[in-house]
Amino acid sequence: MAFAINMKIEPQPLNDEALQEIVTLIQTQHGYDFSNYAKASFTRRVERVMELAELKSVYDLKFQLTNNKQFFPFFLQNITVNVTEMFRDPAFYKELSEKVIPVLATYPYIKIWHAGCSTGEEVYSLSILLKEAGLLDRCKIYATDLNPLNLEKAKTGILSTKQMRDYTQNYLQAGGKSEFSNYYTARYDSVIIAKELRKNVVFSQHNLVTDGVFNEFQLICCRNVMIYFNRHLQNRAYDLFYNSLSHLGFLTIGAKESLLFSPIKQKFDAVSAASKIYRRID
Amino acid sequence: MATTPNHIIVIGGSSGSLPIIKEILDRLQKPFTCTIAIVVHRLRNVHSDLSKVFVQKKTFKLHEPEDKELIVRGNVYLAPANYHLLFEGKESFCLDYSEPIWYSRPSIDVTFSSAAHAFGKNTLAILLTGANADGAEGCHTVLKNGGTVLVQNPEESAFDAMPKAAIERNKNCIVCSVEEIIEKTQSFINKIP
Repeated sequence: MAFAINMKIEPQPLNDEALQEIVTLIQTQHGYDFSNYAKASFTRRVERVMELAELKSVYDLKFQLTNNKQFFPFFLQNITVNVTEMFRDPAFYKELSEKVIPVLATYPYIKIWHAGCSTGEEVYSLSILLKEAGLLDRCKIYATDLNPLNLEKAKTGILSTKQMRDYTQNYLQAGGKSEFSNYYTARYDSVIIAKELRKNVVFSQHNLVTDGVFNEFQLICCRNVMIYFNRHLQNRAYDLFYNSLSHLGFLTIGAKESLLFSPIKQKFDAVSAASKIYRRID
Repeated sequence: MATTPNHIIVIGGSSGSLPIIKEILDRLQKPFTCTIAIVVHRLRNVHSDLSKVFVQKKTFKLHEPEDKELIVRGNVYLAPANYHLLFEGKESFCLDYSEPIWYSRPSIDVTFSSAAHAFGKNTLAILLTGANADGAEGCHTVLKNGGTVLVQNPEESAFDAMPKAAIERNKNCIVCSVEEIIEKTQSFINKIP
């Protein structure tokens, strides 16, 4: 079997100095602070944007960022990782159903923050579990992301049918109690998530780097967002989550993310170490 | 001995590569004095005991690193399912959940390239049998940064697409039998101060 290897002209590799210049430019011109993003992955994203926009040099990139008004939304859209899926890590959702949701049920009114919600797939997964537990009507889910285009897409509740089969599989593995197809309506190449799953969700822009506490929550989900931050910024985000949680509130993070490297770990108990579910104890 | 490594061995493979990786790990001298990172194409969203497959004799430790985990010299790491594995300098790992490359996450290209940027000429990349072209571009970056690339001889590979693609892309890679891979890897390790 033969494969055509793409023999494209390689853009010049980004050195630290060039990266720093780009970060500073974005900060002063557009108000987004990427200075404490993890260097390895952020460099890859910038290189990807350059490749997509067919920019050959750092100079060209800086020119576009400075002079082309339409360029920044494109840059932001591609610099952030907008890859997500419904019921990603089904084992996590199963643990959440078994260990967290029964505790949430004891509150008269439940406030949840889904930070870094991307295009909403995981938010709607959570809505489904809350619905099945009979809690959705007394929940409010605040779903935030730094990318306004993601939020627009998330609000529509429209997904492509392409991945629904995978999602159905995930839903079953996550211990879903109903028929997954009850939760959406399919037409042509798209599905729309049922209205009842969307009505208690508020989508809003929030940047974990610069914005602060805006409410108090019983559950905060922030999965696979902090992998893009360096340790300094991770610690800031953990502080923010700590201060946004009610006493004995829950925090969930991505399967390979860790609280252990942060000084805040003493203020949390592991509810499920494997699924990265923690509880504020202090 | 400083714990942050100066040298790295990265091993990538897909279909048919598990027994070969196991053989390489089993036959290299213990304790390991070099850091090894392994990337194999694997299923996502399922529970996996792959890390146990490689260490049946318990002569070394192997685990899937967490995000920002410090890299320790002498440890063996396995790229976790559903994440790309990158190096944040020589000090720590960095995980990434961006688009799959060649339908794969973890991608061999991503880890190889990142190793090359972090460790430069002190990188040894080993590409084994597999059924797509992942790894070819990563090998290219390793060579461009002065590192060494060993590619399993396609004629001895269970699936030759992966080694063939890498050889086609890179004139300077060294085509080896498994025996030679083990020999050259051991001598790479022996030269580390």
